[in-house]
Amino acid sequence: MWAMVTKEFRQLRRDRRTLAMMIVLPVLLLVVFGDAASFSVKEIPTIVVGPRAELVAPLLHAPFQVVAVDVDGTESTAKQRLLVGAAVVGVVTRDSGVLVLLDGTQVFSVQTAESALARNARTPGEAGFTAAAVRVQILYNPSLTTSWVMVPGLAGLILVFIGTLITSLGVVRERQSGTLEQLAVMPFRPWDVIIGKIVPYLMVAALDLAVIIVVGMAVFHVPFVGNVATFLLGAALFLLVTLGMGVLISTVSQNQGQAIQLAFMILLPQVLLSGLIFPVASMAAGVRWISYVLPLTYFIRISRGVMLKGTPISALWQPIGLLAVLAVGVLGLAILRFRRDLAPNLRGTAEQGAGLLEGANP
Amino acid sequence: MRWGLDDVTVRLGGRVAIIGVTLPVEPASVTVVVGGDGAGKSTCLRALVGLVGVEEGSVRRPSKSKIGYVPATAGLYADLTVDENVAFSATAYGLSGAELKGRAGRILGLVGLDGVRDRLGGQLSGGMQRKLAVGMALVHSPELLVLDEPTTGVDPVSRAELWRLISRAGAEGTAVVVATTYVNEAARGSAAMLLEEGRVLISGAPEGIVGEVPGTLGRVRGVSQPTAMSWRRGADWRVWAPTGDLPPGVTRVDPDLEDAAVIAALASEMAVSS
Repeated sequence: MWAMVTKEFRQLRRDRRTLAMMIVLPVLLLVVFGDAASFSVKEIPTIVVGPRAELVAPLLHAPFQVVAVDVDGTESTAKQRLLVGAAVVGVVTRDSGVLVLLDGTQVFSVQTAESALARNARTPGEAGFTAAAVRVQILYNPSLTTSWVMVPGLAGLILVFIGTLITSLGVVRERQSGTLEQLAVMPFRPWDVIIGKIVPYLMVAALDLAVIIVVGMAVFHVPFVGNVATFLLGAALFLLVTLGMGVLISTVSQNQGQAIQLAFMILLPQVLLSGLIFPVASMAAGVRWISYVLPLTYFIRISRGVMLKGTPISALWQPIGLLAVLAVGVLGLAILRFRRDLAPNLRGTAEQGAGLLEGANP
Repeated sequence: MRWGLDDVTVRLGGRVAIIGVTLPVEPASVTVVVGGDGAGKSTCLRALVGLVGVEEGSVRRPSKSKIGYVPATAGLYADLTVDENVAFSATAYGLSGAELKGRAGRILGLVGLDGVRDRLGGQLSGGMQRKLAVGMALVHSPELLVLDEPTTGVDPVSRAELWRLISRAGAEGTAVVVATTYVNEAARGSAAMLLEEGRVLISGAPEGIVGEVPGTLGRVRGVSQPTAMSWRRGADWRVWAPTGDLPPGVTRVDPDLEDAAVIAALASEMAVSS
């Protein structure tokens, strides 16, 4: 038995990735579930507008975090701020009372805000309003239907799954069977192989995306109020990032097992930390930073914004821009690495004395 | 030299894989590269087709569209049918329409896979897989055909059929290079090169190699090794006398390629130790 134990430890020591996964994964799960996996939101960005805004703003305590006070603002100002995602709560003060607007796409923030408002209502009189004078209106997702916020996010998750896992498996299979080497000798340009390899996955993923959205709309009655082109732009950029990650994984994996392992390590944080399930706002600052480097975080902002709120592209420049940067960076790096496999004779041929008489036809 | 390596040295991961190798590959000929595992056969072939860069020396090869290459691994898609594999290869080399159909049909007939065109590559026997891979590399009638150990692990009947294919390609004008671990296969080529530890031990036409064996070779039957320069061959011992004087009781024999290979290795060892 001791021989088996020793052998197993030796093998484990050589398999750095499994070892890393065994150590990193528990730490990640601990951090996520200990710190990030929380449905209670501690800070809710709030904007206060209207003639009595300056009077009302100081009365808003945690979880409300007043990010802007606009005395000249009206209900439409507040709605506009909610639409672009600058705030989740808009407090519109009027002489007659207060209108509280809530962004229904942020289900957990809204639930937290509602219970905080209910607590406040028990201590009326502040700022001269009675509880009856406070009216609450939930925008975009009035009944706070979970499936409405989940479907746009799940669409992203499925794109990650196809783009990253399936693509990396497809490319690694080519490497493992030795056919990649053959492709490098065939009269393909590296671009032919890379694009030829990626395009089918891109098409399947696009089809999948369409199916998810249509099924979401038909079965779960998820609205699609925004601009389809904006959504498609975000989805295309996001898909390029995930495909890039897939190719990148394949270039550092020798077999499908390794590729699955790596893809899993990339998938898991996106499921847990992108805001798909747990609100990013409820995460501790340190963990929140991880969510800011995950592409799914930005796609979810785009898909929920466009589908549920009709957020215009002008208000989504930040996630779209970041996805574009990620797409160029990740896909570029992946293609550079993949190209090196396909045109290996270009590598290090600058050595002195090396001559190559390719295509010589005397 | 039409195609081939000229005094090529390749370094892989800091280790010299082949050093000063010259491998001429002429049209309408079959050149056999023989060597044990790690001798540098694959590196020679990979340098020839451009899969590895060379540190020194020069490589002559036709453009990619005129090369056919089968790596030591499968060289086909296990999840595509025989037909689809050949069609992929043919399309990659720019064939289409009636020309593609005609060539694919001819190649499948040639490699004897006409009856299993709908079978998946992965469901073929080892020998059939190698024949399909060679067929795929031949579909565009390449000028240079490079086959890395096409017969390793293949049953004797399939091996004979593979060699028939290889010889036919050579006879039709293709410059063929075949790597193998089997010394006896060197005799099937018009030229052979024996590699050991990345260096060329002997090279030339098989009959020339056999004719130029130094010293004298003998045969003796017995239980114990007669001299330091002897080795088992079947029931007999082969005894090599570098100076030409065989010990008493040893019958002189003409060396074949297998003997020539062993003698070349022994001579190389002697040269190193002296």
